[in-house]
Amino acid sequence: MTSYSSLGNLKMSCNHVLRACNLTKLFSHLQKCFINLAKLFLQPQKCFNKPEKVILQPCKTVLALAKGFLQPCKTVFAPEKVFLQPCIAVLQACKTFFQYNYLLLHKRFPVKPLYLQQNTLLFRIILNFAVQIMTTAKTIVSKPFDIKKIREDFPILSRKVNGKPLIYFDNAATGQKPQVVIDAIDYYYKYQNSNVHRGVHTMSQEVTVVYENARATIQKHLNATHAHEIIFTKGATDAINLVAHSFGKKFISKGDEIIISTMEHHSNILPWQQLCEEKGAILIVVPINDAGELLMDEYKKLLSDKTKIVAVTHISNVLGTINPIKEIIDIAHAKNIPVLIDGAQAVAHTMADVQKLDCDFYIFSGHKLFGPTGVGVLYGKEKWLNQMPPYQVGGGTIKTVTFEKTEYADLPLKFEAGTPHIEGGIGLAVAIDYVNEIGLENIAAYENELLVHATEALTKIEGVKIIGTSKHKAAVVSFLVEGIHNYDLGVLLDTQGIAVRTGHHCTQPLMQHYNLQGVIRASFAFYNTKEEIDIFVEGLKRAIKMLK
Amino acid sequence: MNIEQTEQEIIEEFEIFNDWMGKYEYLIDMGKSLPMIDEKYKTDDKIIKGCQSRVWMHSELKDGKIIYTADSDAIITKGMVALMIRVLSNHAPDEIINAKLDFVEKIGLTQHLSPTRSNGLVSMIKQMKLDALVYRSQH
Ligand SMILES: Cc1ncc(COP(=O)(O)O)c(C=O)c1O
Repeated sequence: MTSYSSLGNLKMSCNHVLRACNLTKLFSHLQKCFINLAKLFLQPQKCFNKPEKVILQPCKTVLALAKGFLQPCKTVFAPEKVFLQPCIAVLQACKTFFQYNYLLLHKRFPVKPLYLQQNTLLFRIILNFAVQIMTTAKTIVSKPFDIKKIREDFPILSRKVNGKPLIYFDNAATGQKPQVVIDAIDYYYKYQNSNVHRGVHTMSQEVTVVYENARATIQKHLNATHAHEIIFTKGATDAINLVAHSFGKKFISKGDEIIISTMEHHSNILPWQQLCEEKGAILIVVPINDAGELLMDEYKKLLSDKTKIVAVTHISNVLGTINPIKEIIDIAHAKNIPVLIDGAQAVAHTMADVQKLDCDFYIFSGHKLFGPTGVGVLYGKEKWLNQMPPYQVGGGTIKTVTFEKTEYADLPLKFEAGTPHIEGGIGLAVAIDYVNEIGLENIAAYENELLVHATEALTKIEGVKIIGTSKHKAAVVSFLVEGIHNYDLGVLLDTQGIAVRTGHHCTQPLMQHYNLQGVIRASFAFYNTKEEIDIFVEGLKRAIKMLK
Repeated sequence: MNIEQTEQEIIEEFEIFNDWMGKYEYLIDMGKSLPMIDEKYKTDDKIIKGCQSRVWMHSELKDGKIIYTADSDAIITKGMVALMIRVLSNHAPDEIINAKLDFVEKIGLTQHLSPTRSNGLVSMIKQMKLDALVYRSQH
């Protein structure tokens, strides 16, 4: 009878996977689920006592299950193809079987051989169902990039701003959230809310599993060796502060050097600057050329015996430059210097395989990856994290506490003081699944089309100067219009429903390098379109005319 | 004309435009009539903090009334300063301190009052009132 109760679990986790919108996972899950059910029908020996338990109950369960799948799959792309037909087939088969059995039971026929026959039949049907789902799934998983469907996944994209349809080009600041992420948060508060790693009660255990699964999803996404190398933080800034603080405490002393670059976000400058002030260490900055590319020869020269860590961004939030981080890491490693990569801008556009890169720390924020705000990730190599002292301390980080001495917990909990952002972590994993469903390669290719389209259109406008013309560039265009303040353009674009960012973008040293007060930045995501870019360009022209 | 009357006048002017592009066009025009700050006052210590664009502001007391002059490197901001100066300049410190400035909300500029907008309308008003307080305390 254990298999009966496992049905409920299966259904619950199916719902969860559905929310995660990961079709591949869902289908293998479904397949298992149906095979289990089929096995259940193959227990004819029990039918002498209570045949209805063997036949009727599983039939009812299959019916309910099939119905259940028909409902929540709305959030999956083209679910009708996957579910509708096989589900109807199974419903039909079950109904017939159900009626037939009912009849048999009431007429009290000699049952044994007949049941066996019938059960085998149903077993086949259900198995077929599973196979059918898998084949359909394969065709759907390899579906082409469907921008219309994708846009429908993001409810906010249909809102209006200042009476105009929203055109959201501030994706480098934060990404919008797909319905599945919103649903996951909603679902968490409706059905899962409990504290993690604490209680023995069922809900707390359930949510701990879900939360730790989220960690595993992130681990897989970054291809980290261990799940405990994934530390949940408040965001990218928090993650860098953690490393600067804890790594700094242990490994940095007077006269040591820390290398960053000119194009860093304030979040990857200030924690190091403060550490240097505290320890009497020296902050060294790798220069860039006018295109916005790191000067690698200079970088090589700057590395010395005193260098204790290198911290550079994967992708620049202003210039869009994709830095050669593999090369940066290899060069530093040749001198045994660890490297932190700020992946805040990169995660939404490219894959980062931390094992291939061999980077020591990789950090990012959930909100730029279409996940919830207030949650981020620090990946750190086990060997570093184990040596580093805790950052913040308190509940959750300990094994034993007495007033004299505290023994800290193992990774990852050592770095996760207090109740974490539970639904944030869960939502982030759902966002990662969602993005992987579309495929980061597909996303990168599409976004590159947007970048080329926007760059071409902008350069045609008189007086426009693009800042950041690196050969390897993500879908970010920063620019200036001669004689016009970026603030004025930002306001007039906003009036037309177009959201761009203006100002220094938390990169004042970079602005100083270019001798600028600020720039306008349009940053794209895979749900943006060329049509939107055209409207933006027209809006920009209109604004320029007004301001000239 | 007292402060409230000027405010009323501005509200009526803005009502003529039914879309924001129009309103901004008007604001930009208004920026052109901004009483310009003397170049010698255009120094860093005259910059109002909290603006995404730079705003320099100077004030003087003349016959018991405060005269403001200003400049900005952004045109829309210039328009907003011009608007504020048109309302507040040439009035006694007490009047300026007590001005409620409801018109900002009525013409729909409230969204620009939020600190995130960083155009510093709030900082601008604060600075102008602060100047007034200083002049009053000198008497
Ligand atoms: C390159 C880079 N690093 C770090 C950050 C900081 O991210 P958060 O504000 O989410 O901590 C950002 C955000 O703009 C960024 O672009």
